[in-house]
Amino acid sequence: MSITQQAPQLDIEQWLSAQTDKSILRFLTCGSVDDGKSTLIGRLLYDSQLILDDQLASLQKESHNRTTGDEGIDFSLLVDGLTAEREQGITIDVAYRFFTTEKRKFIVADTPGHEQYTRNMATGASNADLAIVLIDARKGVLTQTKRHSFILSLIGVKHVVAVVNKIDLVDYDKAVFDKIDAEYREFAAQLGFKSLVTVPISALRGDNIVSKSTQMDWYNGPQLVPYLEEIDVAEDRVEQPFRFPVQWVNRASLDFRGFSGTVASGQIKPDDDVLIAASRKPAKIKRIVTMDGDLNAARAGDAVTLVLDREVDISRGDVLSAPGETPEFSNQFQARLIWMHENPAMAGRSYLIKIGSQMVPATITKIKQKTNVNTLEQNPAKCLELNEVGTVTIATDKPIAFDAYAENPLTGGFILIDRLSNATLGAGTIEFGLRRAQNLTYQDFDVNRQVRADMKGQTPRIVWFTGLSGSGKSTIANLLEKRITAEGKHTYILDGDNVRHGLNKDLGFTDEDRVENIRRVAEVAKLMADAGLIVLVSFISPFKNERRLAREVAGDIQFIEAYVNTPLEVCAQRDPKGLYARAKAGEIKNFTGLDSPFEAPEQADITLNAAENDPVDLANELYDLLFEGHQYSAL
Amino acid sequence: MPEIRHSHLDALEAESIEIFREVAASFERPVMMYSIGKDSSVLLHVARKAFFPSKIPFPLLHVDTTFKFREMIAFRDRMAEQYGFDLITHTNQEGVVENINPFDHGSARYTDIMKTVALRQALNAGQYDAAIGGARRDEEKSRAKERVFSHRNAQHAWDPKNQRPELWRLFNTRISPGESMRVFPLSNWTELDIWTYIYKEEIEIPSLYLAKLRPVVERSGTLIMVDDERLPLNEGETPQEKMVRFRTLGCYPLTGAIESEAATLPEIIMEMNASRTSEREGRLIDSDQAGSMEKKKQEGYF
Repeated sequence: MSITQQAPQLDIEQWLSAQTDKSILRFLTCGSVDDGKSTLIGRLLYDSQLILDDQLASLQKESHNRTTGDEGIDFSLLVDGLTAEREQGITIDVAYRFFTTEKRKFIVADTPGHEQYTRNMATGASNADLAIVLIDARKGVLTQTKRHSFILSLIGVKHVVAVVNKIDLVDYDKAVFDKIDAEYREFAAQLGFKSLVTVPISALRGDNIVSKSTQMDWYNGPQLVPYLEEIDVAEDRVEQPFRFPVQWVNRASLDFRGFSGTVASGQIKPDDDVLIAASRKPAKIKRIVTMDGDLNAARAGDAVTLVLDREVDISRGDVLSAPGETPEFSNQFQARLIWMHENPAMAGRSYLIKIGSQMVPATITKIKQKTNVNTLEQNPAKCLELNEVGTVTIATDKPIAFDAYAENPLTGGFILIDRLSNATLGAGTIEFGLRRAQNLTYQDFDVNRQVRADMKGQTPRIVWFTGLSGSGKSTIANLLEKRITAEGKHTYILDGDNVRHGLNKDLGFTDEDRVENIRRVAEVAKLMADAGLIVLVSFISPFKNERRLAREVAGDIQFIEAYVNTPLEVCAQRDPKGLYARAKAGEIKNFTGLDSPFEAPEQADITLNAAENDPVDLANELYDLLFEGHQYSAL
Repeated sequence: MPEIRHSHLDALEAESIEIFREVAASFERPVMMYSIGKDSSVLLHVARKAFFPSKIPFPLLHVDTTFKFREMIAFRDRMAEQYGFDLITHTNQEGVVENINPFDHGSARYTDIMKTVALRQALNAGQYDAAIGGARRDEEKSRAKERVFSHRNAQHAWDPKNQRPELWRLFNTRISPGESMRVFPLSNWTELDIWTYIYKEEIEIPSLYLAKLRPVVERSGTLIMVDDERLPLNEGETPQEKMVRFRTLGCYPLTGAIESEAATLPEIIMEMNASRTSEREGRLIDSDQAGSMEKKKQEGYF
């Protein structure tokens, strides 16, 4: 048993058709804490008749207990009902509300007003076409008004309605409104909004919400709800160059291979030419597949599956574009970044970047400046703290396709993700590419250590572990390598196991051979560092002279000597490879610590006491030394 | 070419399709919760669209409490056959052994054991790293703040204070081993959107949503359908045939029917629209304890 569709009555069908054909407007409300946001939202819900008579009655009763006086209804009570619940723990977040009028559907992102929740305000703004910025008529343009307006421009909200609320409390004074209007417009002029209207309202009394207020003959501008119903926020994405980030490869059968995704901009039809951004390979559109049948065109916003006329290697993350109007394809760009995490953004750190359906490791190569969101001044900066906004340069591990955010938000906006905790750390908008990878000619620059290191987003280093057999060198080196690798950096460990069995298998354990052994390892470490790697060398290396030789071979490469200081008794007792036992039994000659000396370093860069400490802590200690901004002399 | 203006339903559908594809591309072992109601029917329809011409590339999971309406189970199995999706059903067998039921153990305990615990069992057994559900932001206050991709720790717990910022449509799908993601493709739909979409797309839904003469008993003001012989009748209580329909579907002893003449889809949409303010208002100001409780029992575990 189930419903079969029956012919409905005509008026019902018309009504439904009107419902399904309504357009949608996503907007956010923002502004300072007491500017009347809750009251405005309550008023909008009320005026779109989402409040019933009985509820209105109880609301009226409650309102009289408060301070609104006479006929006033405290609409903020509607939202305050939520606030009580929020106070139990989720006060800080964006809440989404829905209402409908005759003409349009609305999704409201109700964003928090407090300064410390700016990141949530940015979250709400990122999917909004329009913003209502509330300004209290009595207080005028506040710092928070400016801060929110700046974030709006940064995220690319193009349409702003500045409502001057509580106009009733200044006796509907035209002069007050004019002053705020002028002040806000002057500030907003720097922010590049496409449309800006200012409306004097009283959310509490309903002035200029749905219909023209009888209290303000001097005001001839639009009323709030009719304006929201009519404003055309459609970005002409269809007219822009075609961009199609491939989200999922659809392999329905041996004969079917399609590329699923949402058209980010432009339009496409069968027989159109496309170019794959990464491989620069061309193809033609053969079919535009949907469950409702093949389409003769797909436009910005359509979620479709494209079938091409030829076999091309395409996977998730590839971007199909119009041949003459391709996105940038590069591994370095400049962007504006809003930081959203308690751990500050630092240059040199490695993160994951997600842009469209591409996700690759990336490093902030430079923090150029940060913006004072109150004054819009640019100041030099070393890092970006929570809620701060700055201009940065970013290098990705491999080239990615992107556009400037101003030209295409869907291919120009990105998030940064922590590689260990997976937290979303920040959101950025690309300003421009720094190096056009597709135009590179090899004569243009010398490939040197710096270039190779930049491509990996790291500073090459040699960490030289010295210490007795069984002291814990390899254990610590392995832990350190894991942590560094998890951050997307490129490392290599040189130790007895992978060198003695190959490169140095012709060498024994005489003093001469030990020197040659270390010399070769030092040279290999240098070559690897020159290739851009972070090299961890784990060798007993008992002699001071050899270690000094290794440091000299490294030249201007950062060289960190890490002495794993574990007493001989402890090493002999651990004896992980059974070597001490064999040496003591006379099976191994020239064993360091027994019948061959270990010259402890006098000035190691770091000494790690592995007898008393957890190797994880030691690896972390070493990590901090390496990556938390310490400086080393090259020699 | 004629100028096609995207309606809000087209936009919502495209957004949901994108979310589905993001799950399929980003997770190893996704699963879709299938509860057979109207929201699940929309979810299923959109999932089919997202992956067409492929079949849905992950299983659908139904937690069977053993007290679902019989028609729901029949409908579920028919859908699975018709659309060829991989259906996993799970029942808490310990609960079955102990004969946990809403009559002897109370609705709260029954719901906890047969729904919440059962769901955890099923998610753990399948080692799913992403569970897709049909919840909407207009349903419930805490949902109004939940992300589309909502992170769960290894104990399936949500930390509302520590949600990841979710910008644009750049969903952060990264999780650590043992953690999982709940994903809500219909986050931005309203109840009215669900119904108008069902109408527009001619999506099949269980006929329990339509008014029909059904045997019911009235208990503390609520009409309960006598769906099988397991419902214990009080002394002197005789089922009455009444024209009723259901707004939500769940376990029949816990699901109240409403008296209605609306026997076609347009009629129930009109009826719902006429009363929609009170339904939504109940959620908005949290005055209707009973209503939100019922809602929780219906869908709350997700």
